Amino acid sequence: MEATISAARGSANLREQRVRRLKALLFAVCLLPIVREAYLVLSGAEVNPIEFVIRSTGLWALVWLWATLFISPLKKLTGWGSLLRFRRELGLFSFFYACLHLVCYLWLDKFFDWADVYKDVIGRPFITIGTVAVVLMLPLAVTSTDGWVRRLKRNWSRLHWLVYPAAALSVWHYFLEVKRDTTQPWIYAVVLGLLLGWRVYERGIRPWLARRMSPVR
Amino acid sequence: MLIRRPDDPDGILPSGITPRELYLDRRRFLALGAAGALMSADAFAALSAKKSLYSTAEKINPLKDITGYNNFYEFGTDKEDPAAYSGAFKPRPWTVAVDGEVMKPRTFSIDELLKLAPLEERVYRMRCVEGWSMVIPWIGYPLSALLKLVQPTSRGKYVAFETVMRPTEMPGQRSRVLAWPYREGLRIDEAMHPLAILAVGLYGDVLPNQNGAPIRLVVPWKYGFKSIKSIVKIRLTEKPPATSWNLAAPDEYGFYSNVNPNVDHPRWSQARERRIGEFFKRDTLPFNGYGAQVAQLYRGMDLKVHF
Repeated sequence: MEATISAARGSANLREQRVRRLKALLFAVCLLPIVREAYLVLSGAEVNPIEFVIRSTGLWALVWLWATLFISPLKKLTGWGSLLRFRRELGLFSFFYACLHLVCYLWLDKFFDWADVYKDVIGRPFITIGTVAVVLMLPLAVTSTDGWVRRLKRNWSRLHWLVYPAAALSVWHYFLEVKRDTTQPWIYAVVLGLLLGWRVYERGIRPWLARRMSPVR
Repeated sequence: MLIRRPDDPDGILPSGITPRELYLDRRRFLALGAAGALMSADAFAALSAKKSLYSTAEKINPLKDITGYNNFYEFGTDKEDPAAYSGAFKPRPWTVAVDGEVMKPRTFSIDELLKLAPLEERVYRMRCVEGWSMVIPWIGYPLSALLKLVQPTSRGKYVAFETVMRPTEMPGQRSRVLAWPYREGLRIDEAMHPLAILAVGLYGDVLPNQNGAPIRLVVPWKYGFKSIKSIVKIRLTEKPPATSWNLAAPDEYGFYSNVNPNVDHPRWSQARERRIGEFFKRDTLPFNGYGAQVAQLYRGMDLKVHF
């Protein structure tokens, strides 16, 4: 008896250790795009480095957000419950890149000319939509800690539903950015559609079908 | 007409031309390039051109910027695509057919075009509609030299241009991102203006494929997309011709598309621009700084309507 418990505890510890190591690895991986950007800018490989940094940070904000949304279908597919523990990190990295994207725009594109920024945010849907997307992500980042999860209880998931409009707005922002070739935004839009479609099926359609199929008593 | 002559005391002074050291620096860079991979290219021949007094004295962008950062959708929509995917493009043999409302329609070979008028080096500012700019040492001659040869009739009020259609050599033409072939147009007085040139080279040599080889238009007071590349057809017309970007998004790209800091693109401001290679943005000038030469072409026109 004693032996089995300690063995179970041991394997739990091992699993915990493995998750922690993977989280550290993920942290490093999420920083790689910044290393790459710094390298390309400093080596002079980019003809228009500022435009490159602004676009690249925006694109990686999308990538990490999409990765965040991939976690729960992936967990369902693989049955690996620990996957959920990587979600917060990915979500926070998406927010981090979105903030870098925003700061680069404010600094390197607008040089903090607030009157000009105001005109953009109010008058240009392209900028308005991008701004709203970042603003929607802010409360999610703030309430991402364990403390907030406990305090908000069921409201936590209700609040974090905002990730869906934030994702939809950010891909819309991407559509408005491109001049003519919408291939890239379409790829993100279709993947987002699949991710949302899966959720609608899992949480809405499947339970409904199950209820209908079950024998009536 | 209020066109400023090169000898006009208020015009561009010879002392305002690129400093000698800069020019020599450029030659050295070219020599390095010629010694390298470009040696094998048969079309690689240095062009000798007299420096034009219409040149700006501003710092010229490095060749790497001019040939590595292009909008030339025929080769792809990314700025790096034209340099990457224009290798298979054959700029020779080449002909340009000139017809329409002209007395003497004619087809020119590229060799005829190269000798049609004395080549000049014109260092021009190039302002892209996307909000960036470069300074480029083009080699060419006024478009008017060619137009005078074919003698436009009184009904020739516009000049329509067309880019070559070669989907096998231009991978971008296989996608329907724009209505191919690429089309552009000018009013006849714009086309006859001495600043509007046909360019056959840059940085002392023939045009690289990604910059519109073997012959292209350069209209420095308009947004870059008006300066159509790899031209095969020029037609004089009575009515304004359809132009590619105007067909694609008429609310964003007008027929005139003169550089104008006061008329914003619907998605971004045109008040400022980033000169490639600089950190801070600079103010965009009306007509890209060529207002003294060209503003009179548009006298009495509401430039917010005719954008």
